[in-house]
This record gives sequence, C-alpha cells and structure tokens, in this order.
Amino acid sequence: MTTTTSPNAAPDTPAPLADVTRDEASLRRFLHGLPGVDQVGVEQRAAALGTRSIKKDAKRWAIDTAISMVDLTTLEGADTRGKVRGLAAKALRPDPERQDCPRVAAVCVYPDMVEAAVDALKGSAVHVASVATGFPSGRTSREVKLADTRLAVEYGADEVDMVIDRGAFLEGRYMDVFDEIRAIKAASGEAHLKVILETGELATYDNVRRASWLALLAGGDFIKTSTGKVSPAATLPVTHVMLQAVHDWHEQTGELRGVKPAGGIRTAKDAIKYLVAVHEVAGEQWLTPDLFRFGASSLLNDLLLQRRTQVDGHYSGPDYVTVD
Amino acid sequence: MSDSKQSESRISVAKTYKLYIGGAFPRSESGRVYPVTDPQGKFLANAAHASRKDVRDAVVAARKAFPGWSGATAYNRGQVLYRVAEMLEGRREQFVSEVAASEGLAPSQAESLVDAAIDRWVWYAGWTDKIASVLGAANPVAGPYFSFTVPEPTGVVGVLAPQASSLLGLVSVLAPVLAGGSTAVVVSSAERPLPAITLSEVLATSDLPGGVANVLTGRAAELGPWLASHGDVNALDPTGATPEDRITLAREAAGTVKRVLTVPDAEPDWTPTPDLSRLRRYLEAKTVWHPLGV
Amino acid sequence: MGIFEYAPAPESRDIANLKDHYRPFIGGEFVDGSGEPLKTVNPATEEILAEVGTASVSDVDTAVRAARKAYDTVWSKMPGSERAKYLFRIARLIQERSRELAVLESLDNGKPIKESRDSDVPTAAAHFFYHAGWADKLEYAGYGPNPKPLGVAGQVIPWNFPLLMLAWKIAPALATGNTVVLKPAETTPLTALVFAEICQQAELPPGVVNILPGAGDIGAAIVEHGDVDKIAFTGSTEVGKLIQRTVAGTRKKLTLELGGKAANVVFDDAPLDQAVEGIVNGIFFNQGHVCCAGSRLLVQESVAEEVMEKLRYRVSTLRMGDPLDKNTDIGAINSAEQLAKIRGLVESGDAEGAQRWTSPCPVPDRGFFFAPTVFSDVHQSMRIAREEIFGPVLSVLTFRTPDEAVAKANNTPYGLSAGIWTEKGSRILWMANKLRAGVVWANTFNRFDPAAPFGGYQESGFGREGGRTGLEAYLSV
Repeated sequence: MTTTTSPNAAPDTPAPLADVTRDEASLRRFLHGLPGVDQVGVEQRAAALGTRSIKKDAKRWAIDTAISMVDLTTLEGADTRGKVRGLAAKALRPDPERQDCPRVAAVCVYPDMVEAAVDALKGSAVHVASVATGFPSGRTSREVKLADTRLAVEYGADEVDMVIDRGAFLEGRYMDVFDEIRAIKAASGEAHLKVILETGELATYDNVRRASWLALLAGGDFIKTSTGKVSPAATLPVTHVMLQAVHDWHEQTGELRGVKPAGGIRTAKDAIKYLVAVHEVAGEQWLTPDLFRFGASSLLNDLLLQRRTQVDGHYSGPDYVTVD
Repeated sequence: MSDSKQSESRISVAKTYKLYIGGAFPRSESGRVYPVTDPQGKFLANAAHASRKDVRDAVVAARKAFPGWSGATAYNRGQVLYRVAEMLEGRREQFVSEVAASEGLAPSQAESLVDAAIDRWVWYAGWTDKIASVLGAANPVAGPYFSFTVPEPTGVVGVLAPQASSLLGLVSVLAPVLAGGSTAVVVSSAERPLPAITLSEVLATSDLPGGVANVLTGRAAELGPWLASHGDVNALDPTGATPEDRITLAREAAGTVKRVLTVPDAEPDWTPTPDLSRLRRYLEAKTVWHPLGV
Repeated sequence: MGIFEYAPAPESRDIANLKDHYRPFIGGEFVDGSGEPLKTVNPATEEILAEVGTASVSDVDTAVRAARKAYDTVWSKMPGSERAKYLFRIARLIQERSRELAVLESLDNGKPIKESRDSDVPTAAAHFFYHAGWADKLEYAGYGPNPKPLGVAGQVIPWNFPLLMLAWKIAPALATGNTVVLKPAETTPLTALVFAEICQQAELPPGVVNILPGAGDIGAAIVEHGDVDKIAFTGSTEVGKLIQRTVAGTRKKLTLELGGKAANVVFDDAPLDQAVEGIVNGIFFNQGHVCCAGSRLLVQESVAEEVMEKLRYRVSTLRMGDPLDKNTDIGAINSAEQLAKIRGLVESGDAEGAQRWTSPCPVPDRGFFFAPTVFSDVHQSMRIAREEIFGPVLSVLTFRTPDEAVAKANNTPYGLSAGIWTEKGSRILWMANKLRAGVVWANTFNRFDPAAPFGGYQESGFGREGGRTGLEAYLSV
C-alpha cells in the first residue's frame, strides 16, 4: 500500500535532525548509530534509584503529583458507558471526602467510549484520551488506523494513544513506522499524540531506544511504554531508557516531549520510584502532567490510600476509597 | 718453513666469550674480561665481565621483546622451548664436557645433569599451553556477569642464576620465566659461566626471539643491585646471591614493589622434577568482568 | 530549591549501639590496651564518636603470643570442616547485625549508608560464606595434596572499607587455618571491634582473631614481630614499600594491595549512558576513597564533548551530605588530613592548567566534605593524572586510537584496575589483554565478589584476594 503522508501533514523534524529522516537508509543509519544500552547497567541504575527514600513532605508532594499524572484507564471488551461514566466521576473526584485531592490528568478509553467520557467530563480540566490505530495489536490497515484516529478526535478526544507497527519495526522497516506515526499525528489534528512502543514486544533496550527516537522524530508528543495487554508492560529500566531519550531530544532540539509508562504500576511506592527517575534521569522540568503520565487503573486507589495515611497519620483501608 | 710441524701441533682457535643481549653477542660495554678456571684452578677461558651498563642494555632488550613473547600463543612458546631442548640435545657432548670441567665432575655425573637440563626444558615446554587452564578460572560471581581470571606474565625478570649448578640450575631458574611468557635478564654463575655461554648460543639458534633471554656473565654481587633497583624490572630471583646480599636486594626491590622470590639459603638439589611454584611466581592473575545481557 | 526536594531520610544512629568506650581484643577478651587511647571522629560532623583503647608494642607481643597459642593448640589441629562452621557462623552473625554494622560504619567512616548497607556489609558477609566453604576443600585448590597454613598472620587494613577489608583479610586466613592479629585503621576502628564481639558470639576459640586498634607504629610492630609468619597489608604504595623493605630477608610471606590510578577507557561506540554511570560509579563511589577507583577517564576524542555533557549533568544529580541519609550519594571525606591532601592535589590541577568543574551541589557547613570535581584538559604530565588523589576528583584525558588508549592507560607505575567501554566484543578482549592491570572491568566498573581474585600489577602490589588464587597468600606453597 502507498503512504498517505503529505509534506505538510505533521510538523517537520527539527532542523538538527532533518537529514536523518531523508530516506530509509539515513533513518536506519541514525537509529543504529544511537549508543547501545547495556542491560545490566541500566537495570542496576534503575534499581539503585529505586532505593531513594521519599518521606514526609516529599512523599506528600509525590503522591499528589502522581495522582495528577494518572491517565485513569479502562480498556476492556466489556466496557460500557456506565463504566466509563463511573470512571469519569472518579477522575473528577478521586477522593470524594478530600476536596483538596488533585484530579487525575485524563481518562483513557477505547474510541467508541470517547463520547461518553467527553460528556461526563465536560467543563473540567480532565482530558479524554483515546487509544486508537487498531489498539492493542495494531494489526490492521493504515486506512482503518487513520479512520480509527479521526473517529476518536471527532468524538472529542484531547489525546490519542496510538500503537506502532511492531512487526514493521522488528522487520527493520523503520520508514514505514515513521510514516505511519506522522500520518496518525496529522490525523490527530489538535489532539496530543502518545506513541505506544509496546516495549514488551521490542525485547531489547536497544530497540526501545531506537523506537523512542523514531517516535520523537515522527512528531509524537509522548512516548508510551505499553498497551497494558502485553507482559512485561512498563518497567523502571525501560522507562529510564525512554526518559533518557526525551532528555537527549531536548538537549538536541530544545523541544520538550513526554513519557508515559503504562501497565503494571499498581502501588504508590512504585509510582514514587518513577517520579524519582523522572526527576533524576530526565530532569525536574518533566515533573508535570504535561510531560509525564501514568497509564493505570488500580494505581489511583493505592495513591489515595497512601495519601490518607500521610494526611491522617494512620493507615487507611480499601473500604475508604471508592471502587467502580 | 714449518708446514710439517703445523700438522703435528695445530694451534687451536681460541674462542672469545661474549655476552648475549637482544639476540646478539656483544662484548661487555666495559671491555672487561675475567679468567674462568675449573675447580682445580686450571684456566678454561676468558669470559666477558658484564657491567651495570650491560644490565641496562639487557633490560632494554628484555622489555622490547616482552610484547612479542608475552603475546605469542602459548603453543608457539611451547614449540620454541621444545626446540631449545632439541638444540641442547644436539650439543650434548659439548655441554657434558663444559659441565664436567666447570663443576669438576666425572663425565657420567655431568651427563646425567645435562640430560636432566634437557628434560627440564621439555617439562616447561609442555606447561606453556596448560598453565592458564590450571591457574585460571571462571569466577562464579553473584551477579549478571561473566568473570574470568587468566594468568599473565609478570614482565621483565631479573635472574641471578645459581652459582654451583652451572647448567641444570640455570635452566631450572630460566625456563619457568620464559614458559610463562616473561622475558629474562640472567646473570650466570660467576665461576662456572661456560655452560651459560653455550646455552646462549643454543638459545640464539633455537627460534627464541632476540631479547627474550639475555645472559650476562659476571658477578651477582655487582650486578644484582642494579637489577633489584631497576624501574623496568618486575621481578627478581636472587638465587645466585649470597643470603646476606639477598636481604639487601629484597630491600632495594621494595622501591618498585618487585616480586622477589623466596629461595632457600643454600642452593638446592635441582634434580627432582619441580612443582609449579616458580612458574606461578612470574604470573599475575588478571580478572576480567563483563555484564551478561541482551 | 527544586520542586521535588527529598525530605531527610536518616537512618537512626541508635541502631549503631554506639558505646562510649571500645577496647582492644586479645586472646578472646576485650582488654585495656596500654597504648594512648584515641578518639574516633564522625567525619560528617567532626564530633567525637567514642574513645578507643589502643595497643602498645607490648600488647602486640601479647596478641601474637595469643595467636600463636591458638594456632598451635587449637586452630591448626582442627579439621577443616569444623573451622568452616565457625566461618559460617561469623557470616550469619554479620548478616544478623548488618544494620548495626552499616550504621556504625557510616558514622565512623563517613560513607553513605546506602553503600555500607548495600555493598560493604553484605559483601563482608559473602567473603566469610565463600571462604567457609574452602576450609575443608583446600586439597582441591590446586596447591598440592595437603597445603599447610603459615601460622600467625599479621594484617593491617585501611580506612576506606573498614569492615570489608577486614573480611577480605580474616576470612581467607581463618579458612586456610591461620590465626590473626589485625590492626584496623586509626580513624575507623569501630566495626572491627564489633566484629570482635561477633567472634565472641560465634564462640571462636580465643586467640584465633585478635584486633589491635592503633596508629602506624602498631602496624609496624606487627610487621616487625619475629613470631609472625605472614603479613597482609592494604593501603598506600608508600607504606607498602616500607613494609616490603622491613620484611625483606625474613621468612614472612607478604601480600600487598596498594594504590592505583586506574584508566577508565571510553570508546565512541560505547553504551554512553551506562558508561557515564560507570564513570560516576568508578570515581565517586565511596567518595573516591577506592584504590581501584577509575580516576583517569580516557575518552575517545570523537565523543568527548557528548560524554562530558552527560557526565556533568549526571554528576550534578549526585546528592552530597549526611552519610546516614538514605538518599545521600556522596558522604564525607574520612579525615581532615585526607581532605587537605585532596585539596592540595586539586590546587595542583588548577596550577598546571587543567579545567576544573565542580558539581553545584550544596556543601555542608560542618564536617569534611569535598564536592564532586571533574578536571578536563588533563595531560599525562600533570600530577592529577599521575598521583593517586583518593578523593572524588576525576581527571579526563582524551585519545584517538586504541593503541593510544592502551599506551596512556598503561603509562603509570600502578596496575590495579582498568575499565573499558565499547560495544565491540573483539575490542574488549583485545584491550583486556593489553591493559596491565589486575582487574579489568568491561562495560561495568567497581564490581567485587569473593569468588573473583582482586589485586594489582607492579606498584599496586602483589598477591590476590578472593577466589582460588587468593588462598595462596595464606598457604605454605
């Protein structure tokens, strides 16, 4: 099939890197010329940063910041409008008894649930994110992916979470992956584009680094680890590699791009480890929902429980947070 | 004219003995020679009397030869050392007469010492490509790493050869240096240098690269301190020094943290098959780590 | 102030069970040493932690006699399988008292609690576990059918890894059947004396381990003692040479683990982010108080800029301060004396024209601290490229070709360790082969394990610690 990219459809690659995407060969050379990632080294660094002890005020701040970064997600075959409305309500008032509790960043749903979410969140600052492009496998034609994306945006999605074509990536057809991301970016219009790399299928950190740069070159606003449907989903070291990529991207282009680990982050303790990584690997300016998100469903309740523990000075229990 | 007389009492061609440095046979830089006699005081030859500058030159030659010799395959080193044994065997009669003359032994006793010296080369020749697997290791470390330890040659070794055992003792202290891949500056027995000189000729014609072994004839007491304090010598075997001198030498050697062999006060009997201890003294353990990952 | 300020997360100093007074350990008992008591200081606060009784020269004699008696009557006669059990007990007790030991170590030494907790103490326990297993298997170690112990081992250890160095020394000595007289460093005697308690708890026969706090004169007395069969020393090359000179002409077996000036070589195809981690770990681990520290960074010119940028960013995230805070990456310099030495060498770097960059991290008002420092434009001829600084100071040099890297890396009288960073396997092995160093880390740095021999070439000392190779130091072979 032919590419649907048009020259003006997506922002151009920033000047220092413009040559990189000139043709298939240049792109391959660039991606394979990126420094390798040593598995043991990156995993050790992630583990070492994971031993940071975040207490007291820092912990309070981290929990609230983490809540404000959650993309509260439901991506099930059994999703209903009722379920989505319930989720939206939770997004707006994560802890009904604590008005000072921050709202989450977004609600993340399938395209056909976008309308219901938009309705429920109307007038609030909580965004609606929609997965698209034949989520989660992406094994469909580009026409369908583009239509899927347009539909989500038409229904009012503020953010689009696309999946890359891992098959094409693993075959080494980097230009096809690049073109497709640009096409989806163009189809997303004003909506922010998060590019899901599905790192669990990319197998190596070298691939994660290459896919990260590919997505950044193609104009992705965020790079996202996982669909949540493949194991392993987000891990700390994978997120380290991606945070390093956005840090380096900023060094080279001056542009700020975001990172979203998704899937498998269930506890406040884990979330704080991710925030420490954001702080120390990417840099302080990434500590905002504009540049860092958690794709999660159960994480929010643990954050809320821990928030209560911090505020009340004693442990809370699952019956004190809402379950939808 | 005296044609007829000449055939009856031919004047032999006297040999001028020299040093063996860097594969060549120079005279001592000092120009000095000293008379060598047998134990009964009968004159045997004049030998070059090496000076501290000869030590200096020999160390330069040994250092220059070190990368090639230490970098050669262990198999190749084994071949070369075995070739030394072959060449020695070829000149067996000459060694027997020199050992007999030098040490004042009956020919049969000298024969058995020469045979033992030949066998010692063969023994060490066989070690070159086995020592790493015997002394090396894969280290089972507690982490995602491949860690291994390999023995590597120490470098340039100063050897004060035994004073009594002119050939077997010499071979017993030199061969382990070479087998491990180090290079040597040897000071031969002062009173009994002839087998060492002939051994130099064997080494020079047996594929041993020039500079790997350098043989100086002279006094251990005079040359030892220059080797012990030399900044480019990594190890010292003080066997040929007196027990009192060995203490001084060991102190000198501390200035550059040299490896100094501990040797028995009295020169040992060299005939039993050695163990690995001498070979081990001239080897450094190098441990290498690399992560295991994809 | 940043938006994500980590609140202090200090480990409680109560865990250290700090006592007002500590005493030497001789013949299984804590005794009053007849030396002048010393006061050990917390380098992070300059406060006195405790008074420590020290040994005198006559106490050295008492301790050596106790060690000799224990050797003759008990330890050399005990089957290896029984000796092993004592080592296993000690290993377990170190694990059980690990928090106490970690906090005490950080108080006395100034190193960050995360290092004493995650590295020093667990590795010390691991050394006892590893060597315990050797005690009844020495005939398989490759030194002949019946390798014999030497007798009484005199051991002198430095202040940079007080408990770990003790373990490196005592574990192989006991496993091979020797008894021990050990002198901890003058500024860091405390964990060694808790270790003495552990020996009591383990019911180790009296005299097998003797611990004598004191200064250099006590170390010298141990080295000179006529009834000591073995000297093991870890410390400076300067002192190592003195010891080698002293031991010359005696029958004492000697092993030395001395200084270093390791090159950490980064090629342009390296995994750069992990290389930067390795560089940071190589020189800032334990405030750079590491003999095998990667104190000379050799970086290929084609990536020098990029590496320096990444390095400065990474170093600026290092947190310096209270060693007991779990978030501290860089603790205190061990003593005022060491701090002065570091400052002197850094000044020489300035004077000789190297470019100094210092991390902008805040420096505590009290205590001995030195901010992580990186010198670029360093050349082999400068003091900071040749002398061991033993502090958080990195000298950066560049190279163009592998041969040049090897030549510069080897251009030092030391030869303890080296690092290689490249993704090309054949180059790693080629470099590892060429580098004249006892430990070569490729795509990693500062890894230690009781199963992996450690020790130096040339003026970094001789003998190895760890692994099968390390047993030789304590056997009559």
